[in-house]
Amino acid sequence: MAVKDYIRKRFFPHIWCPGCGHGIVLNNLLRAIEKLKLKKNEIVMTSGIGCSSRISGYVDFHTLHTIHGRALCFATGVKMNRPELKLIVPMGDGDALAIGGNHFIHAARRNIDITAIIMNNRIYGMTGGQFSPLSGYGTKGTTAPFMNIDHGFDVVELSKAAGATFVARTSTYHVKQMVDILADAIDHKGFSVVEIMSQCPTYFGRKNKLGGATDMMTFYKDHTTPVGSKEKKANPELIERGIFVHEDLPEYCNEYDKVIEMAKASLK
Amino acid sequence: MKKNIKFIQGNEVCVEAALYAGLDFFAGYPITPSTEISEHLSKRLPEKGGKFLQMEDEIASLCAIIGASLTGCKVLTATSGPGFSLMQEALGYAIMAEIPCVIVNVQRGGPSTGNPTHVSQGDVNQARWGTHGDHAIIVLTASNHQDLFNITVDAFNLAETYRTPVILLFDEVIGHMREKLVMPEKGEIELVDRLRTSLGEGIDYHPYLPREDGRLPMSDFGGVHRYNVTGLFHDMWGFPSDNPQVVHGLIRHLVDKIENNVHQIARFKEFFMEDARTVLVSYGAAARSALHITKNRRARGERVGLLELQSLWPFPSHIVREKCASAQKVIVVEMNVGQILKEVKNAVDNPEKVFLANRVDGELITPTDIKSIMRLIHGKGV
Ligand SMILES: Cc1ncc(C[n+]2csc(CCOP(=O)(O)OP(=O)(O)O)c2C)c(N)n1
Ligand code: SF4
Repeated sequence: MAVKDYIRKRFFPHIWCPGCGHGIVLNNLLRAIEKLKLKKNEIVMTSGIGCSSRISGYVDFHTLHTIHGRALCFATGVKMNRPELKLIVPMGDGDALAIGGNHFIHAARRNIDITAIIMNNRIYGMTGGQFSPLSGYGTKGTTAPFMNIDHGFDVVELSKAAGATFVARTSTYHVKQMVDILADAIDHKGFSVVEIMSQCPTYFGRKNKLGGATDMMTFYKDHTTPVGSKEKKANPELIERGIFVHEDLPEYCNEYDKVIEMAKASLK
Repeated sequence: MKKNIKFIQGNEVCVEAALYAGLDFFAGYPITPSTEISEHLSKRLPEKGGKFLQMEDEIASLCAIIGASLTGCKVLTATSGPGFSLMQEALGYAIMAEIPCVIVNVQRGGPSTGNPTHVSQGDVNQARWGTHGDHAIIVLTASNHQDLFNITVDAFNLAETYRTPVILLFDEVIGHMREKLVMPEKGEIELVDRLRTSLGEGIDYHPYLPREDGRLPMSDFGGVHRYNVTGLFHDMWGFPSDNPQVVHGLIRHLVDKIENNVHQIARFKEFFMEDARTVLVSYGAAARSALHITKNRRARGERVGLLELQSLWPFPSHIVREKCASAQKVIVVEMNVGQILKEVKNAVDNPEKVFLANRVDGELITPTDIKSIMRLIHGKGV
């Protein structure tokens, strides 16, 4: 199936600004799904609220556009009852880790088979450029006019600590890697997290004088390095990208099947 | 046939009734005085192949059951005041997206952490208006275990019929009290399943296109039809729209499908009402005391009657108006500062004849309390 067959053409044009990284994520997510040869009926996409979360409207899957920060909870309810389906949950950085931070760590801890994609543009795009838990110290936003004094999360470290069994990071510049990583993440049986460093030229770019979309993507090209590379040792400022965790551990829906077996056996 | 009689807690009755109604999936977070519902279901659901989840909070719990309901399950969550407060945004989502679900609030004293182990009926208006925006909601309650069973089954039936969340507003006394329950036999109470589309695979299904009778057939999410569900105002495809006509049409649909059916939804009981000059209007645990004093006064020849409400929202104004028409005094008995009182005043022809008998100190209002208040109202002193 071609990528264009996965989208709902009727609902285009999309709402994203020119240069927004979210469209790049949509494109490459569909390429990853194509690579896996998944059928449209096999995929459920659940999202919350934000520019990023609008992604679910454009894809021709089973789509559940929910409330801010809670997409993983809805996805959990769906997955528990339709475990054969692939659950993909794209989230903004605010959606996933501010208002949704609690749900994120608990979904990871359960190792439920859901693919969480964090479209990290380091800002609240939809509400007009307020700082997010991933903006980072020293940045600016419409609610940090002088300087943001909040420190950011490291999504990879956070996900590892919370128990995710697949953890990866890439960027909107590294589209080939994005396709491969997303395909691996969707294929993984367990909770997978993919952080995609994305760009919001409209707010994060403008507020922090980072130039346009291409400048922001070039930044990702110049300031990242494959995980475990020598460059990281020479230049600790570089952000590592690639797959950090990929392990097979018991998955939550399978574990619950054991509970059902035990409960039924207890009746005999 | 030998009857199946149990002597159990109200919370356990709720569990039995939910299972009777066909419950498949529960998600919750422990909170007094509702926790026993979770505890029992964590055992009972997997025994029948159903699923029980303990989530990280009440927001997650309601969201999880909404997701599960979409896939075709009958779903439940249970909580008390603080947890019910957390659920309000997701409750609005279920209303907007028209997803059947049942939410139990075993009320305790509030606001805030309040009085966790004590009785209250302070969440009546929260259940009506807790979530933002214009909307309608179905809220049911009960005063004894047999009724609690029936009304819980009813809650599932109404949720499936109207594609809406239904709130079961119980209270600490009912939830924790032990009383006899005669378990209804299978088939004794009618069970309603949601209307499902007859459209097959490959045929365009519009999730929000009403049939001629106004009902919206569902298609189990993740099944043969792909569609979008959103909390934004949406068109017949479930796709976001801010078209004023679409927005207006949807608001009217959401409100009218419930408010216009108040006659079908209204549930109540009446005791000694034929010639009653003083009518007590009550519900939940308070109605137990109201019934006691009604019988007591009747035995002394006083013309007292009791109208017990089992559906609080949409408020059954037509029933209250009709039943109180010839009463000289109407006394609303409730354990809050007068939340149903206002509705009763609005419903009757002469609001001046409506009085409040209440208690808000965390103790059950007693028949003696009601008797004293009745004496004062009748100008007899205590
Ligand atoms: C409960 C609640 N609080 C606040 C909002 C307002 N709001 C909408 S989107 C958003 C943040 C969006 O940022 P992010 O999740 O990073 O996604 P982006 O728009 O940048 O893609 C906020 C605060 C809301 N919709 N719901
Ligand atoms: S505001 Fe930012 S995140 Fe939102 S669409 Fe525009 S560029 Fe993208």
